[in-house]
Amino acid sequence: MLRLLRTMWTIRAFEEKVSELFGRREVHGLLHLSIGQEAVAAGACAALRTTDRVVSGHRPHGHAIAKGVDIASLFAELAGRETGCCRGKGGSMHLAAPTTGFVTATGIVGGNVALALGVAFACKEREKQEVAAVFFGDGAGQSGAFHESLNIAALWKLPLLFICENNGYAEFTPLSAHTPISQLARHAETYGIPSATVDGNDVLAVRTAISDAAARARAGGGPSFIECMTYRLRGHYEGDPAKYRELSELSDWKTKDPIRRFAATLVKKGTCTHEQMRAVEAEARASVEAAAQKASTGAWPSVDEVTTLVYAG
Amino acid sequence: MAELTYIEAINSALREELARDRGVYVIGEDVALGGPFGATKGLAAEFGERRVVNTPISEGAIMGLATGAAAMGLRPVIEVMFVDFITLAMDQLVNHAAKLHYMSGGQLGIPLTVRVQQGAAGNGGAQHSQSLEAWFIHVPGLKVVMPSNPADAKGLLTAAIRDDSPVICIEHRALYWTRGEVPDGEHTIPIGRAALRRPGKDVTLVATSRMVEVALEVAGTLANEGIEVEVIDPRSLLPLDLDTITASLRKTGRLVIAHEAVEGAGFGAELLAQVQEAAFDYLDAPIARVGAPFAPVPASPVLEQAFVPGAERLAGAVRKVVLGA
Repeated sequence: MLRLLRTMWTIRAFEEKVSELFGRREVHGLLHLSIGQEAVAAGACAALRTTDRVVSGHRPHGHAIAKGVDIASLFAELAGRETGCCRGKGGSMHLAAPTTGFVTATGIVGGNVALALGVAFACKEREKQEVAAVFFGDGAGQSGAFHESLNIAALWKLPLLFICENNGYAEFTPLSAHTPISQLARHAETYGIPSATVDGNDVLAVRTAISDAAARARAGGGPSFIECMTYRLRGHYEGDPAKYRELSELSDWKTKDPIRRFAATLVKKGTCTHEQMRAVEAEARASVEAAAQKASTGAWPSVDEVTTLVYAG
Repeated sequence: MAELTYIEAINSALREELARDRGVYVIGEDVALGGPFGATKGLAAEFGERRVVNTPISEGAIMGLATGAAAMGLRPVIEVMFVDFITLAMDQLVNHAAKLHYMSGGQLGIPLTVRVQQGAAGNGGAQHSQSLEAWFIHVPGLKVVMPSNPADAKGLLTAAIRDDSPVICIEHRALYWTRGEVPDGEHTIPIGRAALRRPGKDVTLVATSRMVEVALEVAGTLANEGIEVEVIDPRSLLPLDLDTITASLRKTGRLVIAHEAVEGAGFGAELLAQVQEAAFDYLDAPIARVGAPFAPVPASPVLEQAFVPGAERLAGAVRKVVLGA
């Protein structure tokens, strides 16, 4: 339980730090923060094994952290340092750390879903009971790659967990203006894929749903679709004033903050004390500060690296 | 040596690599049924439908599937039935397959082979006849090969499958049933090495894919007029064996480039630029390009024939470069 809380606090602290560093121009690029959505990353990855594979999208920091990617290497990547997990060649939307099972993120909405199809295909062929999971938002649900991938995953019974973070907005536009479907899990029904729509701000609900889906995939039952209803408390990208939504909507969702909610539940159940809760947050913030500090001293890549690693070998 | 058709040579490469490496998979529309041109004939029976995998008509998902599987260490070979359909898979090819090795700082390898055929033959019209190789040579991270005969079809495809980077093998539909000697057993051709098809001292003619046979015909015709044409087949457009071409230019001082794709912003334009940067001092005449006119491929047999660069046009271009005026 505390592990889940610690993961969520680490993600929150990491992204708040990223926001601060972005303001100081110490990290760069197009940043999409997942503040408010931490329960999905933490709950889902807690239900996966180290050997399971994750593919993420343009809002990937939380997924990478929850899958166990070293946060100093993530800071360094965002800062463009050679010590970054991708040697500074990837950046925020293209994180990769395959040894942790975090195969890659990709900045193309919907593109990651098709990519994950192949990861799941390989998991199946390896016959080691590994499963693949792909994180995407509600915006991806209107892409061709999404539907093509659902169809093939169902047809071939691939061990693939489609994890939809339905935060109600595709970039600036509310979901209702993109599709008549209010819940993306409805699409899974079309393809005969078992699905569940869960409260994405309830980390335990997410973990249970993913755990069930992973067990089904390991047993040869094929893909599952888990839709996590959630909300991003920040704009689509860092710097987005998010004028397209009502402040009342934002403040309403702030009361459903997944971290504070889970902490309150744990205290209420007597699992731990207020002090322990605060200690978890403090430890997470301290580890994030230390990681950021470490990353800030990383070497810049040599400019010769512009043209290295274009091809393998 | 055995005499095989181009399509039989492709089939032979696929069969041998499927047998040699358990990580090789052949994936695409109708491939388990042999495919529309027979390239995968008999493979499903021999290796099973788990490794020779039929897919729905979902080019984007197929390319994504293969890219993701390659990132996990498999060695997929996908068939895109017509190059025109690769438009539907460009996100996965260009944004993912080509870039994941680089973006991941070298952590991910993408040993992916994309087999695709192209060309104006059989009156398929504008959406089944294009030549699009120039799109791919503009993308860092991809390798692009274009075999012009059965032996190269086998050798380049085998090399592509064993390569750790994504390689696009662009076949030409009109060559599928042409015959040629193919070395027995394992046969690979290093990617990035051009072939001298005919020696000559007066002019260098670089031709790709089906235009190689047109170039050889033209060289034969012009030999009777006293013009000795050196024909070079680059075989691999990316990486390009510029050294072989410039070495030829040192001898001839003249260059004509022939491809079936439209001339504008084509491979010829790129080669022309590279040559004038690397070998301007060797040039005794302006470089000429011969490609298709800047139009979609028309359907009518009369129009299609006029569209495809033929021997007469090519011979005219070579004469002009050699004789002037």
